Amino acid sequence: MDIMNIIVCVLLFSGLFFLTGGAVGILRFPDFYSRLHPAGKLDTLGSLLAMTAFALFNLHHFSMGALLTSLKILLIVVFIFLASPTATHGIVDAGVRAGLAPWTKGEKRR
Amino acid sequence: MDKQEEKGLGHEHNTSKVENSDQGPGRRKSFGLYVVTFFIMFGVWVVLSGKFDPFHLSLGVISCAIVAYLSADLLRPTVRGLLILLVRWVPYLLWLMKEIFKANLHVTYLVFHPRMMDLIDPKIVKFRSKLEGDLALVTFADSITLTPGTITVNVSPDGDFKVHAIDKASGEPLPGEMEARIAKAFGESDG
Repeated sequence: MDIMNIIVCVLLFSGLFFLTGGAVGILRFPDFYSRLHPAGKLDTLGSLLAMTAFALFNLHHFSMGALLTSLKILLIVVFIFLASPTATHGIVDAGVRAGLAPWTKGEKRR
Repeated sequence: MDKQEEKGLGHEHNTSKVENSDQGPGRRKSFGLYVVTFFIMFGVWVVLSGKFDPFHLSLGVISCAIVAYLSADLLRPTVRGLLILLVRWVPYLLWLMKEIFKANLHVTYLVFHPRMMDLIDPKIVKFRSKLEGDLALVTFADSITLTPGTITVNVSPDGDFKVHAIDKASGEPLPGEMEARIAKAFGESDG
């Protein structure tokens, strides 16, 4: 079962890496629209990796209940993949409707 | 009729125009469609409830039967069409996962780069998509948003896309390969 632990650790830490990248990106990018890039999507892959790690770790002691819990965790991923792009699009759309111009190269950061 | 079915269900349930021809006399609503809907629902029920005693299972059977009866119409295609869709979708989803991973690495590289402000060059990219069906357009827009570096700002029903790209490398490949693959997954490539 050691191999399983290693796989889970690798998945978990790469997930955390992308989630950290998302948080840092929100702070570093220059404007509203470009901040949504890390906010909306690095999170998606980060949570995919982390959730897969949880689901695998949960199967450590195999039983019917554990399998059901793992399936539910994977369902969370499916819903994140449906909801996250939609929410990102909604936020961008709100920005465009409010008339916010995108930051272009050479301008001061906002 | 048979030939149209072979071309795939992307055609059949995408545009209302095609949908109407779908209801021709040759195509009765098959009983199998209810059965398939029922089993999909019941699978989700079992996963979410996790109880296998007769009481909870019979509750599931009853409610799934009612929901399948009410909503089988929403799954317009035939049973065979549903299988074709699955066969075509799985390769696309795998490819999308690969693209998401690659693009995520790119954005992470940008985020942690010390001279990030020099590297990024946000632009609004506009293009017109060849895709026709509503579902295909929505899939395309969501896929663009999911692959980092690009966010769909706006889609018109005719297929006019406005995409916010974080740098040149992210915006360049659009619409490109992704559109071709979606067209294939929805059976529009030969249309």
